Amino acid sequence: MWTDSQRKSDKKLLGEMTSCHIAEEPIKKVAIFGGTHGNELTGVFLVKHWLENGAEIQRTGLEVKPFITNPRAVKKCTRYIDCDLNRIFDLENLGKKMSEDLPYEVRRAQEIYHLFGPKDGEDSYDIIFDLHNTTSNMGCTLILEDSRNNFLIQMFHYIKTSLAPLPCYVYLIEHPSLKYATTRSIAKYPVGIEVGPQPQGVLRADILDQMRKMIKHALDFIHHFNEGKEFPPCAIEVYKIIEKVDYPRDENGEIAAVIHPNLQDQDWKPLHPGDPMFLTLDGKTMPLGGDCTVYPVFVNEAAYYEKKEAFAKTTKLMLNAKSICCSVH
Amino acid sequence: MCSLPVPREPLRRVAVTGGTHGNEMSGVYLARHWLQAPAELQRLSFSAVPVLANPAATAACRRYVDHDLNRAFTSSFLNSRPTPDDPYEVTRARELNQLLGPKASGRAFDFVLDLHNTTANMGTCLIAKSSHEVFAMHLCRHLQLQYPELSCQVFLCQWSGEESYNLDSVAKNGLALELGPQPQGVLRADIFSRMRTLVATVLDFIELFNQGTAFPAFEMEAYRPVGVMDFPRTDAGNLAGTVHPQLQDRDFQPLQPGAPIFQMFSGEDLLYDGESTVYPVFINEAAYYEKGIAFVQTEKFTFTVPAMPVLNPAPSPAS
Repeated sequence: MWTDSQRKSDKKLLGEMTSCHIAEEPIKKVAIFGGTHGNELTGVFLVKHWLENGAEIQRTGLEVKPFITNPRAVKKCTRYIDCDLNRIFDLENLGKKMSEDLPYEVRRAQEIYHLFGPKDGEDSYDIIFDLHNTTSNMGCTLILEDSRNNFLIQMFHYIKTSLAPLPCYVYLIEHPSLKYATTRSIAKYPVGIEVGPQPQGVLRADILDQMRKMIKHALDFIHHFNEGKEFPPCAIEVYKIIEKVDYPRDENGEIAAVIHPNLQDQDWKPLHPGDPMFLTLDGKTMPLGGDCTVYPVFVNEAAYYEKKEAFAKTTKLMLNAKSICCSVH
Repeated sequence: MCSLPVPREPLRRVAVTGGTHGNEMSGVYLARHWLQAPAELQRLSFSAVPVLANPAATAACRRYVDHDLNRAFTSSFLNSRPTPDDPYEVTRARELNQLLGPKASGRAFDFVLDLHNTTANMGTCLIAKSSHEVFAMHLCRHLQLQYPELSCQVFLCQWSGEESYNLDSVAKNGLALELGPQPQGVLRADIFSRMRTLVATVLDFIELFNQGTAFPAFEMEAYRPVGVMDFPRTDAGNLAGTVHPQLQDRDFQPLQPGAPIFQMFSGEDLLYDGESTVYPVFINEAAYYEKGIAFVQTEKFTFTVPAMPVLNPAPSPAS
């Protein structure tokens, strides 16, 4: 019922009579992944340079390891070689018997798992930041996999506050069937960092600057936490995935309608029933049905055409985090 | 400077090609649509033929399979003996040369319009070979006058002394439409719609010409390449920096000596050290990273385009 780390936390909580609600172990090892998709260049560029000169990402007492997860895809400047690396960190794929016949990314996933996982292992990485770009107009986005992760909610609150007035959105992908087995999910604290819009195969200076700032604030948070700073209870607005919507297709499976101009580039903005959603090649508008306002994300992401996703519907809600502090202080 | 011969007969054999690069989606979807429903391409005096230029690259949603198709139309590629090891696009270029050419022969198509997208902020760019292409220049002028709000810029791509290598060079006259910015693999409704409208207007122009419309001489402003600039790179060939925020998205705007062009990983600015003002285009085009091009430097110049001789009107609708 209770994990080892929860028992340890509870002991610290009672023993030290701290005002803080949740006492967490200090963060020791952090990884920053780039090139999980080989054509999302901001992460590739940052990680390659940090491997040469990691001064910017160092913090006292913290091991921060930059790492290129899909080097073959990076070399070819393509999303993946055989299959999407960011969808296969599930037990089945990780457990397959290693062989040359396995898809490249499955073999790679197993290597990555051995280097950085398993979750809650003694030498495992506590936090993994996985750097991504999107062709969608999503700005700075943090991706959360677990709505009850107090530590990450506190981190995201810190990052959002530090970036303001530059907006930073939180996308919650916790969903029984829509959740996917990400590269970062092998860590206790998986953080997706997604910045757009940027075309595949392009490195934009403005997007680079934004992603760099997000990482800086994230590492600062970890450092403050390790130094004993207590973070009081907080709340953040998140967008939780409800449903993925495909393009209307013809009998041959070809796309028959495009994201409507009124929806294009309008990630995170409310879409009401009756609002234009798709425009057919014949010029007809297809509106959003149902009776709920939704908040679309990943609107017209290039890589999602083959995944049959024109956009994802989300609902907006507040997530609360209890106060946290580091248990060694 | 003499101009090339203008058409003396109505243009009957016209083609519109999409998917020359399989991940430039406006042309891909337009070509696919017209292959099902070609009515939109019909005019009184001719019907344009839609062509999906690179089917294999289109199916894989990639720019090309083995070799850039839009660089494969030199006489060296087109006329050398086929071998089983030939790159897919070389074989395909020969097929297209049979269909739409042969290049530089009397049997070639009268006109080919090739559809492209770019990740660069080039708006609506009309790409022709040179200022000597009188028919193409009049067509560009017509598009500029029809759509002043689009600020169509004319880019004359042929480097002097160099043989043409692009798809539309197989026909007697040709033009490429280059619309951006659009990411590879993305179909934007606004750009798709603009491309479709421009194609219709190109065909309308050809119809006007075929019907004996007069097109008087005029002054045209265009851009022609004078150099290219690669990204700053490390010894290993990796990117050491990227296009500076003050240059990014500023295609066709003047770049003065001393202005910043790249921003290094360290944050340091690299400045343009040329001696004269240039007009950069294809700024940060994804497909050009592998060609060692961060942007193409152009010069702006003005030239006179002579009047086009009026045709005798086309006798009857094309069969």
